[in-house]
Amino acid sequence: MDTTTHAAPPAAAGPLSLHGLSVEGVNQCVHCGLCLAYCPTFSELGTEMDSPRGRIFMIKSLAEGRMSLSDSTVRHLSLCLDCRACETVCPAGVPYGRLIEAAKAEIERDRPGALGRRLFRWLNFGLLLGHPRLLGLAASGARFYQASGLQRLVRKSGLVRLLPGTLPAWEALLPPVPAKAERTAPPRVTPAEGPRRARVALLTGCVQSVIFAAHNRATARVLAKNGCEVIVPDGQGCCGALNAHGGDHERALAMARKTIDAFESARADAVVVNTSGCGAHMKAYGHLLAADRGYAERAKRFAASVRDLAEFLAQEPLRGSLSSVPLTCTYHDPCHVAHGQKIKSEPRTLLAQIPGLRVVELAESDWCCGSAGIYNLTEPEMATRLLHRKVSHVLATGAEAVVTANPGCILQIQAGLGAHGSAVRVLHLVEILDRAYGGPGGAQ
Amino acid sequence: MSPLTDTRKRELRRELESIVGQAAVLSDPDELMVYESDGLTLFRALADFVVFPTSAQHVSAVVKLANRENLPFVARGAGTGLSGGCLPTEGGIVISMMRMNRVLEVDYENQIAVVEPGLVNLHLSWKVGPRGYYYAPDPSSQQACTIGGNIANNSGGPHTLKYGVTTNHVLGLEVVMPDGEIVWLGGKTREACGYDLAGVFVGSEGTFGIATRIVVRILKKPQAVKTVLAVFDAIDQASAAVSAIIARGLVPAAMEMIDRLTIQAVEDAFNCGYPRDADAALLIELDGLAVGMDTQAEHIVAACRESGAREVRTARSEAERQLLWKGRKSAFGAYGRVSPAYMVMDGVIPRTKLPYVLRRVNEIVAAAGLRVGNVFHAGDGNLHPNILYDPRKPGEEARVVAAGAEIMKVCAQVGGSISGEHGIGLEKADFMPFIFSAADLALMHRLKSAFNVSGLCNPGKIFPTKKSCVEVGPVAYRPHAIEEKGLAQRF
Repeated sequence: MDTTTHAAPPAAAGPLSLHGLSVEGVNQCVHCGLCLAYCPTFSELGTEMDSPRGRIFMIKSLAEGRMSLSDSTVRHLSLCLDCRACETVCPAGVPYGRLIEAAKAEIERDRPGALGRRLFRWLNFGLLLGHPRLLGLAASGARFYQASGLQRLVRKSGLVRLLPGTLPAWEALLPPVPAKAERTAPPRVTPAEGPRRARVALLTGCVQSVIFAAHNRATARVLAKNGCEVIVPDGQGCCGALNAHGGDHERALAMARKTIDAFESARADAVVVNTSGCGAHMKAYGHLLAADRGYAERAKRFAASVRDLAEFLAQEPLRGSLSSVPLTCTYHDPCHVAHGQKIKSEPRTLLAQIPGLRVVELAESDWCCGSAGIYNLTEPEMATRLLHRKVSHVLATGAEAVVTANPGCILQIQAGLGAHGSAVRVLHLVEILDRAYGGPGGAQ
Repeated sequence: MSPLTDTRKRELRRELESIVGQAAVLSDPDELMVYESDGLTLFRALADFVVFPTSAQHVSAVVKLANRENLPFVARGAGTGLSGGCLPTEGGIVISMMRMNRVLEVDYENQIAVVEPGLVNLHLSWKVGPRGYYYAPDPSSQQACTIGGNIANNSGGPHTLKYGVTTNHVLGLEVVMPDGEIVWLGGKTREACGYDLAGVFVGSEGTFGIATRIVVRILKKPQAVKTVLAVFDAIDQASAAVSAIIARGLVPAAMEMIDRLTIQAVEDAFNCGYPRDADAALLIELDGLAVGMDTQAEHIVAACRESGAREVRTARSEAERQLLWKGRKSAFGAYGRVSPAYMVMDGVIPRTKLPYVLRRVNEIVAAAGLRVGNVFHAGDGNLHPNILYDPRKPGEEARVVAAGAEIMKVCAQVGGSISGEHGIGLEKADFMPFIFSAADLALMHRLKSAFNVSGLCNPGKIFPTKKSCVEVGPVAYRPHAIEEKGLAQRF
């Protein structure tokens, strides 16, 4: 044992930060370890470096200069799902999500990786997420690839195996893109039905607006049924959650400002979000832009108005007449709804109000399915392990459908069930609600 | 300094990989650093390797290799221990049991389960829960700590009061002895013949070998449970209530005390329902047959009221009950909300001395210019004063250690002990002479030598390292022997 390299932390260090972002929160961790068994990666690997306590220790050691961004440190920090399950059980209140985002930003600055990886990140974070029009073009391209039979050809002929690097894995995960006619956003304004409850603005999202535009339209309908005038503000794009979680801090700031600009003009009582990571991230805008003089106050106000769809709707009993949805379903908690926003009972309360619907509880319902933003692309091995775990729990329930509230989870769990040859479907909560109101759900 | 050269280290790594597999050996300095402490961050030490076996054969082969190389080794569970018991104080190999976490067998009719040591304590109760059973020992860290770690420390928990500690629930163990031999101590039934070696092994803090399979009792869940929260404006009143309850001949399943500072921390954490302005609260649980429970509860309420409780209420729902327990069991971690670090003491005293000792604890800590939170198993007289400090402030650690030693001495003076359930480990090794004579310690050492002939199995623990091990004078802070050697540091 070489103790000479085992330097003690500085006795009286200044405020700890990484990439200019405060990580003082590490000092709240008293190393009790109560988080350990709730961390999916620790549960799979049993290695302290892949646990929340271990990662907090690494982040602290990095900030104190006791540790460097070595290959192994980068590896273990990158393997974090950012699911924030540890935050839910942490008695000390360690703001883990902020710490890991700061660490990831530091990694991206100092260890951006090989050219291929940088290119991939620039393509996603820089081009597609930041520019809705380019994302739309890419979606049309993907749609052509899938609908023209080209995809079948590429897959059947084995051409897919000739793609470089991890592209074949990404190709396999490419979700089915709906035709352009089905990718339309909800109307700019949907009038409230019945006694007016609120004026709400809807985030249509980036990936959501391409793959699951039908969920957005269903959301507008369900909100209108519940007395809401629904506004879809122009000029909105990606909220920046994927960028922030991926360590692309500067662009995340720009996207947050742009989102605030777009939504302020709507003068809504609440900003309603039907995707997990976006809701959690937008609620943190106040913290994100705290140092931005022009935006700090506005960001705080904006963040306070953000509501997850279930959170917003469950404040009152569902209005109007609900028809029967004869189905046995189970509910999977998206991480950034359950852990990022501490919303667990609300979706269940809503489901319980739907006649004919039987809800059975899912074991480890609030465990990450492995989707985790773009984690299933960047860490396919761990993502697959967690997906298998999720799928086996789903199958054990005997449910006909899994209800959840996030596009990433829907795609991931559906892919996992498909690979098991299961006919169990994955639905967004709003699809079930829309159906109960006589709408088409997401099947339109 | 490590006796291993880099070349030798690489060779040993390859050999360890050939035993447990490539993805089951750590030797990268950054990775090893993450294993430098357990739940007590005051002590740190670096291993040369961390390995992750998945079978007794793996463990045995690693232990034999360590013996051949004269390398120390120590088993580690979740690392939630609070006495530095799993630290590799002299380097060598940390054997992590976290990948041996299966429930191998459950025999409901005979009420036993066979488990691997890396199984999380609570996960056993989850496993057998649907059939109406549970595993009784419930350390507060049960959501994370492992049954193997519980075996090492003979862990207790709130329900120790009625159900006993870990040893009362272990029937037998498969153990890799410190020389690598695999043996069974005890079995699946209560054995009356021969030495009670399972009993000797439980609580030996990893110095007698490494358990690889454990036969534990599982109990039928009680028919009824009632949880009472009694609120006091003075901590002495709460102490008096504890004695009053026992004096009435009642044996609650658990009787926990939680003081003001701790209440505030856990309320900040989870809004559990403890009144923030109370000086102390008692969480008292009754369990067993439904018949007669209401009468018992009335006696408890009466005893609390007579002792001056300002409010006594019963949890109205399972959710409310669970929340109260969540607060109690998360208390240590919740100190992170009020302090960047804490050191927990684990003294045991006769129940009747509670008021006196608590007063002394507060005086000692106040004199050191520090704060203390108390949350403990009042029914057993097992105290947990948690001294809060800031490791970044120069000199605070030394004051914490000195105050801790003072508290331990008070416990010993009133006829108590220096550890209830956390183990002696590294932290309290030098306090052993407070309660044991040189002859007592020598006998213990002979027993250790019988199991652990080479001394390579978890060295540096339990036994005092100072030259004069019967020294009982005032204990000011002095560097531990291993610190002087530069093998561990306080921070």
